[in-house]
Amino acid sequence: METTLETIPSAAAEINHALEAQEKTQFLRQMLRIRRFEQAALKQYQTSGQIGGFLHLCIGQESVAVGTMSLCGDDDHIITGYRNHGHALAAGMSMNECMAELFGKATGCSKGKGGSMHFFAPDKNFWGGHGIVAGQTPLGLGLAFALKYKGIKGCCLCYLGDGAVNQGVYQASLNLASLWSLPVIYVIENNQYSMGTSQERSSAYRDCLAARAEAYDIEWDRFNGEDIYEVRAKTLPAILRAREESRPTVLEIATYRYYGHSVSDANAKKYRSPEEIEKYRKLHDPIQLWQRRLLDEGVLTAEQAEELDAAATAEAAESVRFAQESPLPEKADIFADVYCEVDRQTAAGRTGKFFFND
Amino acid sequence: MPVITYRKALNDALAEELARDENVFIIGEEVAQYNGAYKVTEGLWQRFGDKRVLDTPITEAAFIGLSVGASMLGLRPVVELMFWSFAYVAYDQIVNNAGCIRYMSGGQINLPLVIRGPANGGTNVGATHSHTPESILANNPGVKVVCPATAYDAKGLMKTAIRDNDPVFVMENTLLYGETWEVPEEEYLIPLGVADVKREGSDISLVAHGRAVITSLQAADILAHEHNIRAEVVDLRSIRPLDEETLLRSVRKTHRAVLVDENKPFCAVSAQIATTIQEKAFDDLDAPVLRVCTLDAPAIYSPPLEKIQLPTPERIVGKVLSIA
Repeated sequence: METTLETIPSAAAEINHALEAQEKTQFLRQMLRIRRFEQAALKQYQTSGQIGGFLHLCIGQESVAVGTMSLCGDDDHIITGYRNHGHALAAGMSMNECMAELFGKATGCSKGKGGSMHFFAPDKNFWGGHGIVAGQTPLGLGLAFALKYKGIKGCCLCYLGDGAVNQGVYQASLNLASLWSLPVIYVIENNQYSMGTSQERSSAYRDCLAARAEAYDIEWDRFNGEDIYEVRAKTLPAILRAREESRPTVLEIATYRYYGHSVSDANAKKYRSPEEIEKYRKLHDPIQLWQRRLLDEGVLTAEQAEELDAAATAEAAESVRFAQESPLPEKADIFADVYCEVDRQTAAGRTGKFFFND
Repeated sequence: MPVITYRKALNDALAEELARDENVFIIGEEVAQYNGAYKVTEGLWQRFGDKRVLDTPITEAAFIGLSVGASMLGLRPVVELMFWSFAYVAYDQIVNNAGCIRYMSGGQINLPLVIRGPANGGTNVGATHSHTPESILANNPGVKVVCPATAYDAKGLMKTAIRDNDPVFVMENTLLYGETWEVPEEEYLIPLGVADVKREGSDISLVAHGRAVITSLQAADILAHEHNIRAEVVDLRSIRPLDEETLLRSVRKTHRAVLVDENKPFCAVSAQIATTIQEKAFDDLDAPVLRVCTLDAPAIYSPPLEKIQLPTPERIVGKVLSIA
């Protein structure tokens, strides 16, 4: 299947037509930063012995986070599942704090207490980073509820994978979202596999996963995520629907991950063919497609694209150095950030015993 | 001083906090138009309206998760569980999200959330509706758990819980909702983590929480009148944070302790208390620490048998007489 980028009408959509060259370049820069960050993290995971636990890479999926989040304003909020590095960087978190978190260092975004699946930056409206599949879906509902309660015209973009759609709490959240008219947008990043189980083997549906929204009287759409123009053009109506009408939307965005479910996914190349992976890498890579488009449009030159890439690679390398040289948390830090009242040493934090050690 | 029911005391606490802070809202099944399955929220919807008192579908995981998310943005949800037993369908939201988000964010987020409702056996509703999850929830650092035994404590603890900036789980008791106690009209707060000696005594300490406190007080009466044993009754009130000082002071005074607990014995709250006593007051003890818990089986339906499955004054008296 050859890509048909040239004929996609989304490029002409007003939201894209209005883009300045600098903004288009910024999208490329953001996608490159996500990819180079994750490639550096993968290398460290495999060689340094300093990154523990899981590492769920979104390499191949970068355009979804960058494209959808490019539409967010100050009153829009983001929450996602465990494959959260891309959203975190797109939200404006630094590579340093993210890499240091992977290394379990005190300088990490969560002071080394969350790890790969649990990045947070509330100051950037980024509410995590949640490890349990679909566990974030009612939290996104709550963020949207709070916006409506406070009379703020914003929305919550709540991301989930195609593997999350069969959790009951997601279905329950759709019901409340529609029943209470909440400004939440569920973005299903459909990379076709829930861990090692294909969509065909995991989900019953008519047409597509997003179409289940019909049953809850929720608007939905399904589109290809490989092109930023398309992602922006198709996401905007959902965001406007949330902000202006306080109505939810379900978006299903087709995408693909090149690596396994996590780095420790031993069967990453068994439940799908190498040819399939290669096809996506060659023909549907969102970074290559976007770069080619910008070259075609004359927005940037090949040299400038290389410079962006080199800068992202250098920034990632620097974040590894930063993480390596950062201090570990102290043993006493284990007991910080458990209770807010204890941390702040309020009266409520001083009565009674909170921790039960020997 | 006015004498009001435990139910009314809770209702007053909710009304006062709703009036005090517009970020406080009540959410749960049948809490608004139905006036609450146990009438704890009676009249609040009429007074405060749709925005502040919200009826939900039967969807505990969704409305508890929603409340956790709303609390991240600074709202102060007070969630009613019709039964705390229903928490089990929302366990991920309660333990993973309410309990861990602050920690996993490195302290960037706090969750001013209250979940409340009855958590007791003894009403012949079978095992699924009779759980006492204070022990398993207090096992999770990051959450707070309180179990008021009287109307006075229920009101004071509820108001404090709503003002607290961490998740607080308030475990009430349907068998106490209709009981009455003196409750002052003027405002008061009871800090979490402060136990209360409900009856002074010198011969043995009965340590309890929730309705087991009432059962212990009945046992203390029998011990005084029939056996000339002066039992001290320590009401923990708060499970986490825990007031170890008051508990240990009592044991050091009486040198004996029987722990009374409506939890099942395995890993019960009383198991933690027993450990605390033997670790910190072993030399003060003149006898082994014993326990009276709910008999170790799922809650039986049969009404006469369920009555004796829970701790009774008679079992407490028997246990006390075995060491005093």
